[in-house]
Amino acid sequence: MAELKLKNVEKAYGEVKVLSNINLDIKTGELIVFVGPSGCGKSTLLRMIAGLEKITGGDFSIDGARMNEVPPAQRGIAMVFQSYALYPHMTVRDNMSFALKIAKKSQAEIDAAVAKAAKILQLEPYLDRLPKALSGGQRQRVAIGRSIVRDPKVYLFDEPLSNLDAALRVATRLEIAQLKESMPNSTMIYVTHDQVEAMTLASRIVVLAGGGISQVGTPLELYERPRNEFVAQFIGSPAMNLMAGEVIGTGAQTRVRLANGGEAVSNVPTLAADQGLKVNIGVRPEDLVATSGPAIFTGAVEITEALGEVTLLYFKRAGADAQVVAKLPGIHTDVRHKTVALGADPAKVHLFAQGQSLLYR
Amino acid sequence: MDNIVGKKSGLTWAVHISMAVLVALWLFPTLGLFVSSFRTADQISSSGWWSALSTQERQVPAIRVGGDEVEVDGRFVIEGRLFSATDATLSAWGTTSTAPEANAPGDVVELNDGVTLTVAEDGAYVLSSPVTTEGTRLPRIFSTATTPPEFTLENYRAILFEPSNTDGMSRAFFNTLTVTIPATIIPILVAAFAAYALAWMDFPGRALLIAAIVGLLVVPLQLALIPLLKLHNDIGIGKGYLGTWLAHTGFGLPLAIYLLRNYMVGLPRDIIECAKVDGASDFQIFTRIILPLSFPALASFAIFQFLWTWNDLLVSLVFLIDSTGQTTVMTKQIVELLGTRGGNWEILATAAFISIAVPLLVFFAMQKYLVRGLLAGSVK
Repeated sequence: MAELKLKNVEKAYGEVKVLSNINLDIKTGELIVFVGPSGCGKSTLLRMIAGLEKITGGDFSIDGARMNEVPPAQRGIAMVFQSYALYPHMTVRDNMSFALKIAKKSQAEIDAAVAKAAKILQLEPYLDRLPKALSGGQRQRVAIGRSIVRDPKVYLFDEPLSNLDAALRVATRLEIAQLKESMPNSTMIYVTHDQVEAMTLASRIVVLAGGGISQVGTPLELYERPRNEFVAQFIGSPAMNLMAGEVIGTGAQTRVRLANGGEAVSNVPTLAADQGLKVNIGVRPEDLVATSGPAIFTGAVEITEALGEVTLLYFKRAGADAQVVAKLPGIHTDVRHKTVALGADPAKVHLFAQGQSLLYR
Repeated sequence: MDNIVGKKSGLTWAVHISMAVLVALWLFPTLGLFVSSFRTADQISSSGWWSALSTQERQVPAIRVGGDEVEVDGRFVIEGRLFSATDATLSAWGTTSTAPEANAPGDVVELNDGVTLTVAEDGAYVLSSPVTTEGTRLPRIFSTATTPPEFTLENYRAILFEPSNTDGMSRAFFNTLTVTIPATIIPILVAAFAAYALAWMDFPGRALLIAAIVGLLVVPLQLALIPLLKLHNDIGIGKGYLGTWLAHTGFGLPLAIYLLRNYMVGLPRDIIECAKVDGASDFQIFTRIILPLSFPALASFAIFQFLWTWNDLLVSLVFLIDSTGQTTVMTKQIVELLGTRGGNWEILATAAFISIAVPLLVFFAMQKYLVRGLLAGSVK
C-alpha cells in the first residue's frame, strides 16, 4: 500500500543536470516500468527513489511523507539489483533473513517469512546452499525472495533480467508477472531497456530520454498514440518509419505530400492554419501494406530478413529520409529487388511537427 | 601471432624456468637446514646433508686397543669393540696411518713378536700375544666403516629442553611469540576499520587521508627508531613488550590500511548498497559483510605482518631487549649463538630451523586463504 509522488525532482552532479523536471504519481498496486536508452538516467531515478542517490532538487514522497532525506532502510522499499548482489558468504536462507535479523525480528517470524517466500519462488530445496552453487535464474529468484520477506511497500527492480539468457528471461518475466498478480497491493517500479519486458509487465510505462520524462502511459497508449518522435521510434521493433513531408490538406483527415514523392492520408485532425506545415509522418513497419492506389512510398526492396512469422523488407533509401522498413506477415523470399508501392490505413499514420505529435497539441 | 592456440611463447618458458629456479633457491637451503638439524657434529663435519639419507662409508678415527688382559691357553688375549653402534659394518682396517685400509675384516695380522690382531666385520677385535702386553704400548686400529643413515633429536633436546643450557632457544622462542602475535593482531584490527571507512564511507578529506597513508608507506623505519624510543621513555613505557607492539603496529599500519582499503574498495558496490537498503548500519555492514568477504586480504596481510615481525631484529633490539637479556628474541639469540657457538653447526642449524619452522607452518596453513576467492557467486 503505497503511493509515490515525485514533484519536480532533479538530479545534478555538480553543474551537470542529468535529470530534471521529473513529475510522476504512482498509485498503489501499479507496476511502473522505466524505459529509455542507455544513459538516460532511468537507473539513477530508481536509485534516487531507493535512497542510494541524493535527490538534488524537488520533492519525493511515499504516502504523503517526504522521503528526500530518509535513509533507504526507513523508506519501506526493497530493491532487486541487476547483479543480484547476494551476500556470497551466506546461505540462501541467511541471505533472505538478513534484513529481518537486522530489524531484530523474532526467529519464528523470520522462519515463517523465509519459508513463505521460498515456497512462492520454489527455492525450498536450495535454502542451505551458498549463492555460488546456484544457477543464474535461481540467484535471481533469491534476490527477489530477499525483497519479498521484508514485505515492503515498494519493490524496486533494477534491470533484474539482463543477466539471464533469452529462454530464462522469458520464464522469469512470467514469474514476475505472476508474482505481481499474487500481490495486488504492492507497488513495483521496474527499470529495463528491453521494450518487450516493458510492454508485457507494465501497467504504465515511463519513457525517459534526454534527462526528462518523454511520455507516461499504458503500453498500448505508448504504442498507438506516441507523444513524440522519440517515443514513437523507441517503442516497437523495428522502429517506426519517419518520412518528411508537407501538409496539403487539412480537416478531420490530413493529407501530406511527402518529399519522396508519395502522398499520405492521416486520421490526425489538423487546422486550416496548418496548411503547408512541414511535418514528418510516422508509419510502423507492420502497418505498411502493398497498395495499388496512391502510395506513401514506392521503392525497390534491398534486403529481406525472413523471421518465419514475419518478413522484414528493407527498401533502398530515397532522399534525406532514413531507410524504410516494412514488416509483412508470412514468408516472402521472392520480393528482393522488386519495386513495391506501399500504403497504410489512415488511422495508423502519425503526424509529427518539430518532433511532437500533432495529436497532443 | 604469439598467442595462437597450441604454441607456447618464450615468455611462458621464461616464467616456468624462473619459477623452477625460485623453488630450488628456496627449497634446498630449507631442506639442508632441516636435515642438518637432525645430525651430530661428527656427521656434519664428515659429509654433506645430501648424503645423510644414504648409507655411507667413512674412516673412523684411530682407536688404540685397550681392555683387560685375559690368559687363554698360554696366550694373553685382549678383546674389545671398535664402535658401539651394532649396525655399522667394517669394510677395511689397518694398523698404520700410512695404510689404514690394508686388511679386510677377519684377516689375522701378525704384528711383531708373535702378537696377532684380528678385527671382525662387526668391529670386534682380538689381540693375542705370547707374553703379557702389560706395560707395552698397544697398537692403534684404523678402520673404515659403512654406517646406515642415523638421525638424532639430541640437538633439539639440547636447544629447547635443556634448562641448564644458557644458549637455549626456548625462552627466546616464547618471547618472539609474545612479540609477534599481538603485533599481528593489533594492526589488523585497527587497519580493517580504517580501510572500511576509507573505502566506503563518505567524509570530507578522505582522498587526502588516503594520499597521506600512501605517503607514509615510503617513510623508512630507521628514521623513526630513535625519536620513538625517546617518546616511549618520556611517556614511561620504556623498553618492553608494549613499546614493541606499538612500534610494530605503527610501522605495519600504512601497508595494512593500504592493502585492505584497496581490497575492500573492489568489493561489489551492489552488495553494500543492498545491505544499506536491508537496513544495516555502517558497523553492521562492516562486521557482517565486509569482514567475512575481506578474509583473504586479512589473511594475506596477517601472513606478511607475522613474518616481518617474526624475523625482525632491529625493532626488538631498539624497543625490547635490555641488558638483563630476559626479553631476548630468537633473531637476537641466533646472532649470539653465531658468536659463542660459531663452530657448532648442528646447534646453529637447529636454532635456525626452529626459527623458520613457525613461519613455514603459518604459511602452509594459511596459503589456501590467499588463493581462494570468496566472491564466487555473489554477482554475475
